[in-house]
Amino acid sequence: MIKKKNQPKTEFWQKAPIHISILIISFIWTLPTVGLLISSFRRRDAMLKTGWWSIFEHPFELTQYHLGNYLEVLQSQGMGQAFLNSLTIAIPATVIPIAIATFAAYAFAWMKFPGRQLLFIIVVCLLVVPLQTTLIPILRMYRDLGLSNSFLGVWLAHTGYGLPLGIYLLRNYIGALPRDLIEAAEVDGASHLKIFTKLIVPLSMPAIASFAVFQFLWVWNDLLIALVYLGGTSDVAPVTIQLSNMVGSRGQDWHLLTAGAFITMIVPLIVFFGLQRYFVRGILAGSVKS
Amino acid sequence: MEVISRILEVILAIAFGCGGVIGLFYLANYGINALPKPWNRHFLPWVYIAPAMIVLSTYLIWPTIQTIYLSFFDGRSQNFVGLKNYIFAFTDQGMLVAFRNNLLWLVLVTGISVSLGLIIAVLVDKVSYEPIAKSLIFLPMAISFVGASVIWKFIYAYKPMGDAQIGLLNAVIVNLGFEPVGWLVERYVNNFALIAIMIWLYTGFCMVILSSAVKGIPENIIEAARIDGANSWQIFWQITIPMIRSTILVVSTTVIILVLKVFDIVFVMTGGNQGTEVIASRMIKEMFNFRNFGRGSAIAVILLLLIIPVMIGNIRRFRSQERLR
Repeated sequence: MIKKKNQPKTEFWQKAPIHISILIISFIWTLPTVGLLISSFRRRDAMLKTGWWSIFEHPFELTQYHLGNYLEVLQSQGMGQAFLNSLTIAIPATVIPIAIATFAAYAFAWMKFPGRQLLFIIVVCLLVVPLQTTLIPILRMYRDLGLSNSFLGVWLAHTGYGLPLGIYLLRNYIGALPRDLIEAAEVDGASHLKIFTKLIVPLSMPAIASFAVFQFLWVWNDLLIALVYLGGTSDVAPVTIQLSNMVGSRGQDWHLLTAGAFITMIVPLIVFFGLQRYFVRGILAGSVKS
Repeated sequence: MEVISRILEVILAIAFGCGGVIGLFYLANYGINALPKPWNRHFLPWVYIAPAMIVLSTYLIWPTIQTIYLSFFDGRSQNFVGLKNYIFAFTDQGMLVAFRNNLLWLVLVTGISVSLGLIIAVLVDKVSYEPIAKSLIFLPMAISFVGASVIWKFIYAYKPMGDAQIGLLNAVIVNLGFEPVGWLVERYVNNFALIAIMIWLYTGFCMVILSSAVKGIPENIIEAARIDGANSWQIFWQITIPMIRSTILVVSTTVIILVLKVFDIVFVMTGGNQGTEVIASRMIKEMFNFRNFGRGSAIAVILLLLIIPVMIGNIRRFRSQERLR
C-alpha cells in the first residue's frame, strides 16, 4: 500500500487501459446476479412484458417493487421447509468432517506409525476420485441399512466426500507448524490429546475455518448427493432440490424462480462475505506451496 | 407453533450430528488412557486416524471397487457380460456426443478460466481497489450450480421476433438488429452457452489462487528486469509465467477435475437434450432413468480412468513436497 501512495499522480491516467478492462470484467461478472436480484422484486406481469433493466427508466417508482414473490415461494413452494432442511444437512455435514479430518491430519503430521506415508498417499489419490463412481454401491448399502432419505445418511456421505480435501489441507497446515513447539510440549510431558486440544487446534484455526467455509459452501450448494440419497421429492429435500424441481415444473414463472434462486443464495453469500479472508488463505495452504 | 417445533427439530438434529462425532473421540481417548502406558503410545495414532480411514473406505474405496466389478455385469447386476458395457460406452451415438462435449468443456473451461484468471490477477495487482474487484469476480463461487442455472436461464431467455425480449442476451442482439437466438435449443450454440456458465463460476477461483502466486514473486527480480529494459509484456511472459508455473498446473488440475464431474449445469439447464449431454449427466441418466446399473457403472469407471493421470501427477507433487520438508 505504501508503495502505491508514493507513485506520481500521472500514473492513474497511464493506467487507463488497465482500469477500463478491470471495470468491464467486474461489470460483466456482476451483471447476471444483479439482474436476478432486481427481477426477484418485480411483479409477475411486468417481468413477462419487459426486461429487468427497464426499471432503470424510473428507478424511484417504488410501486414496481414488491416482496410478494418471496412470500409465495417461502409458503406455497415449500422453500421455507427446504431452507431448514438445508441448514440441518449443512451444519453437521461441516462439523463432522472437520473433527475427523483434524484428528487424522494431526496423526499424519506429528505421530509416528507404520504405513503413515502410504496411507497418506491413498488420501491424496482419493482427492480426485469422482464421486459418481461410488453412487450405486452406497445407494444399495443405504437401502439395506435403511439409511436412504435420512439426514444421517447425507451427513455421512458428505463427510466421506469432503474428508480427502480436509485431511490434505489440514495436514499441510499442521505439518508446517514449528517442530520446536510440539517437541517442547512433549518434553513437558503433555499428552497427545493435550497437545492437540491446547496447541494444534487453536494454532490451526485459520486452516480449519477455511476448510469449514469450503465444505459448508459445497454441501449447501450440492445437488447430486441430495438428489441421489434423499430421493428428489421427499420432505427432507434441501433448497437446491426444491429449486431444481421448480425449474422443471414452473420454468416460465420467472417471478418465483428468481426469488427462489435468491433464497438459495442468501446463506452462501453471507458465509462468503463474512469469512472470505479465511476461505482464500485456506485454499492456498494446500496448493500454492510449490 | 408449527414453525417453532420445526426449528426445534432442526436444532436437535444438528446437536445430535455434531455432538456424536466429538463424543466419539472423547470416548476413544478415554478407552486408550485406560490401557497400560507402552500400549497407549502404540495405539493412539490409530485411534486418531481410524474414523477417517473407516469413512474413506466405506464411502470411496470400497464403493469404487464395487463399481468396477458391477461394470462387467448386465443392467440388473445379475449376469456377467464381459466388456459389453464398455463397448456400448465407446460406440453408442449418445455416448460419443457426450465424449465430444466433455472434450469441448475441458478445453474451453480450463483454457479460458485459467488464462482469464491469470490476466485478471496480473491486472488487478496494479490497482488500489483490488479487494473490491476481486470480490466481485470471485462472488459466483458462492452460488450453486442450480442457482447459477436459474440466473443464466433468465439471461438466455428467448421470445420470438417482435415480442419484447426479457432475456438480456437476446435483448442486446435484437437491439443490434439481429434475429433473437434460442441459446439453449440451437445445436450450434447451446454447448457454448452452458460452458460460459462454468467459466463465469470458476474464473474467480483461478484468479484468487493465481493472484497470490503473482504476489509471491520477489519484487527485486522484477525491479532488476525493469532496469535491464524489459517492458510489462516481456516481464509477464519471461518472469511471471515461469515463476508461477506450478501454481498454474495446480489450478488447471483442479478445474479439469471439476469439469469432468460437471453434471448439475446440464441437468438443470437442458436435461442433456439437443445434443448437450456430458459424461457425468449421461451416467446419472443410465442409472436413475433407465435403471441400467451395468452401463452406469461402466461410464463411472471411464470417468475414473480419465482422472488417473491427474492422480499420478498429484502423487508426484506430494512426493517432491515431502522431500523438501
